[in-house]
Amino acid sequence: MKLREVKEILDADVIVGKDKLDIEVSTAFGADLMSDVLAFAKAGSLLLTGLTNAQVVQTAATRHIAAIILVRGKEPSTEAIDMAKELQIPILATKYILFETAGILYSKGIVGCLKKVGNDSFHK
Amino acid sequence: MNPAVNKSEDTLNKYSFNIEGGNFNDAGTVSTRIKSILKQKGLPNDVVRKSAIVCYEAEINIVSYARKGTVNLTITAETVEIEVIDEGPGIPDIEQAMEQGYSTANQQIREMGFGAGMGLHNINSYSDKFDITSEVNKGTFLKMIINNPQSTKDL
Repeated sequence: MKLREVKEILDADVIVGKDKLDIEVSTAFGADLMSDVLAFAKAGSLLLTGLTNAQVVQTAATRHIAAIILVRGKEPSTEAIDMAKELQIPILATKYILFETAGILYSKGIVGCLKKVGNDSFHK
Repeated sequence: MNPAVNKSEDTLNKYSFNIEGGNFNDAGTVSTRIKSILKQKGLPNDVVRKSAIVCYEAEINIVSYARKGTVNLTITAETVEIEVIDEGPGIPDIEQAMEQGYSTANQQIREMGFGAGMGLHNINSYSDKFDITSEVNKGTFLKMIINNPQSTKDL
């Protein structure tokens, strides 16, 4: 699915990355704990989160996240916006809560970047 | 001597970065720098990714707990070595600190999305070799080694 379609089905605003809506995505990870994003998220996935500070963008960059979806109507901090522009990571903002956002995406074919955590979660 | 080892002594492949404790806005900038250096050197994506993750978690720890710290990056043909040295409160019980979920983080750290007791655990998981020593009221020393399976000859 293209990021453009993600924007449409989530009725989202594009805060950063209006020129990047042709990115293809097929997986997602949702968390407010950035250590878990570092541990489990996969490159090229969407990151669904309610955190709005610059660390979300840093974490996304470290994990090669395709785009950040801010849920629950959260607005990113100025620092987060500046960093997202610099690191060229799109930020979309939706008013749907995390559960609904995940459900809408899942029903359209986006799946988790992993199903369960376990021994194979860490790629040593 | 293996020429690749000589190459590792090249000062061009050693870098050092300073981190200021309490400066939450800058947390992550060193790992971003390290990531772009390793990418530029043509290291495999997996090596770059693991190096960035361990460095980022270590940076968050310095910003969260220490007065200041230094990150030393050494790139050799076979490995990426990241040393993180801080001046700070130290860790009284390393075994406990390594446990998943154990944390002494305050609210500010938690609001950033960290401080859930995953940091050292993540560092350990993503390093091929991980050493940690600490002295209370002095500081903590971390050394992470990430192996480069493709063994880059021309850095």
